[in-house]
Amino acid sequence: MTTETPETRPASATYADADFAQDSHRAGTLREAARDYLNRVRGGDMGSLPALLGLLVLFVIFGLTTDSFFTNLNLANLTVQAAPICVLAMALVPVLLIGEIDLSAGVASGTGAAITALAIVDHGQPWPVAVVAGIACGAVIGLAIGAMVARLGIPSFVVTLSFFLALQGVMLRLIGQGGSVRFNHEVLRGLAIKNVPVTLGWICAVAIVAAYAALALFTYRRQVARDLARPPFGLVVLRIAVLAVVVLGLTAYFNVNRSRNPFFPIEGVPYMVPVVVVILLLMTFLLSRTAFGRHLYAVGGNREAARRAGINVLYMRIMAFVLCSSLAAVAGILQAAYSGKVSPGSGGGNVLLYAVGAAVIGGTSLFGGRGRAIDGVIGGVVLATVDNGLPLLIDKSYANYLVTGGVLLLAASVDAISRRRRSATGV
Amino acid sequence: MTEPLLELRGVNKSFGVVHVLHDVDFAVYPGQVTALVGDNGAGKSTLVKVIAGIYGRDSGDYLFEGKPVNVHGPRDVAGLGIEVVYQDLALCDNLDIVQNMFLGRELRRWPVLDEAQMEAKARETLASLSVRTVKSVRQPVASLSGGQRQTVAIAKAVLWNSKIVLLDEPTAALGVAQTRQVLDLVRRLADRGLGVVLISHNMTDVFEVADRITALYLGRVAADVPASEVSHREVVELITAGRSESHGIAESPTSATI
Ligand SMILES: Nc1ncnc2c1ncn2[C@@H]1O[C@H](COP(=O)(O)OP(=O)(O)O)[C@@H](O)[C@H]1O
Ligand SMILES: [Mg+2]
Repeated sequence: MTTETPETRPASATYADADFAQDSHRAGTLREAARDYLNRVRGGDMGSLPALLGLLVLFVIFGLTTDSFFTNLNLANLTVQAAPICVLAMALVPVLLIGEIDLSAGVASGTGAAITALAIVDHGQPWPVAVVAGIACGAVIGLAIGAMVARLGIPSFVVTLSFFLALQGVMLRLIGQGGSVRFNHEVLRGLAIKNVPVTLGWICAVAIVAAYAALALFTYRRQVARDLARPPFGLVVLRIAVLAVVVLGLTAYFNVNRSRNPFFPIEGVPYMVPVVVVILLLMTFLLSRTAFGRHLYAVGGNREAARRAGINVLYMRIMAFVLCSSLAAVAGILQAAYSGKVSPGSGGGNVLLYAVGAAVIGGTSLFGGRGRAIDGVIGGVVLATVDNGLPLLIDKSYANYLVTGGVLLLAASVDAISRRRRSATGV
Repeated sequence: MTEPLLELRGVNKSFGVVHVLHDVDFAVYPGQVTALVGDNGAGKSTLVKVIAGIYGRDSGDYLFEGKPVNVHGPRDVAGLGIEVVYQDLALCDNLDIVQNMFLGRELRRWPVLDEAQMEAKARETLASLSVRTVKSVRQPVASLSGGQRQTVAIAKAVLWNSKIVLLDEPTAALGVAQTRQVLDLVRRLADRGLGVVLISHNMTDVFEVADRITALYLGRVAADVPASEVSHREVVELITAGRSESHGIAESPTSATI
């Protein structure tokens, strides 16, 4: 068995021929990395690939069959529409990671938004206080759910279904039958209807790309210096290039005037976008760079192994629900900013499906242990695209329900089939 | 004889009405390999899990370096310097080799995980163990063969410069060459001064590496003797009948048949 032995191997480490001497530190060339990726996909480790392909298909269908889908105004609207769904889907990721489900995240988001709205309208609180109150309300809901699931051992499906019903009652009680609460605070509503000034948008976009590039190159250099496992350099550069194209491309797109009225220009990135980006970065950091995140994956992968490793499984399971409902409240506030009001039905109905569906569509597994924050964003964009494009095609709400349900079922099938393939191939 | 590193005295453990361990005394000495033998269902794994802090004891004392200690979970036990390789390995399939080896004890530069340091240390430990070719230490454990998984579980246990290592049937899933390597490792660890506990059904292996043999029979200690004082045949009798000429539980113990 011959292999290219890395030249920088320390002389002190004596590798027997049958040991980890083959342990490759580098993935080799870009072509090898591409082949590895294809093998993983074939083996059932598809990640967000189906969602991205699905998104492409949806764009082609809606682009070809409707006149208004590809207008700048509509795509900007689609983005703002997608933001709350993306955040709600990211909220579901920790719960799905530990192998549980939260059917109440949608109504928890509505309840959080109701608390925030009432704090402003009825109690005259400043907006930061109101937002914190809304998120705290979410945290308390999550704590209650988590305690019942993790401590009492009631299946999360039952607990959160109960909360799905009970929280709708709470909202009716808070807001009143048939009523609604205005959500027109300048700052919060501005998240949905205002845009980042063009120059500032460009500065932030360039800063994001520069920061990512610096971090990626720094990490790569350290991996080389310490002879650690690393991707080929070409892949690092490719990733930076893709990010640059996406970020700068979207910024350029949004910074073009999209108004139909020549006297009122509408230009710039909607404020919703940076909010989603910040949440995405925070969640990604938490899940992939901290011990807390690592333990979430461990609990979802093998709960008994996690327990034997000294991880406080009870705490992790409760915290997953706390994190979920708190972030759901943020999603609710964003949704309220988009619609301008909170009604007793906010977060009910279709939203239940969106919350779970978006994360799964994006590639997070229903079986636990697999998923990323970005899955929520990708899945959220897919569902928002259906939501936005379908009425342009068939203006009947039955179609929306049917298609959304179908898409979720499709994503769950992909998830289940991938899982079977993975256990067969061991990827 | 030297003082035991770890000693259990009069340990009882029941699961509901099933009384699995009866007044078990068990000792681990530094620099020695103690073989824990017994038929399937004798209670070996249960004893290991009691030592590991996964199961509480119904009664009995737990002494470490001569002093009674209170252990309330796996973390306390790891803190004492006791590492366990479980029979079912207890690895997370969705995590890679490095992540599994440091699970629950991740190195970090507050609050960020120190991946570089963990990877370097994991690679160092694996290199010193030598078992099988692995494509990368960043490969998910799901993709490993039985022998490779076993190596990872053992590497996880020796990573921490511990004082005691317990291995629950570590060679059951291994081929001839790999079994050889594990046995060599067991001996090397003991020669370094660690207390090693090896659970195995293979008498040849047991006699090759063990200094002491503790035989469990239906949850009772049938014998705890130096390996040099018993024969192959006697140990088999202890395992299957709980007694052999000069060793073992007294004739017809009251509840030996449960
Ligand atoms: N968690 C448990 N709950 C109930 N009974 C158990 C449990 N673990 C082990 N036992 C019982 O304890 C006995 C000893 O099991 P074990 O310690 O695994 O034996 P060994 O490892 O010696 O083969 C068996 O009869 C088994 O059924
Ligand atoms: Mg056993």
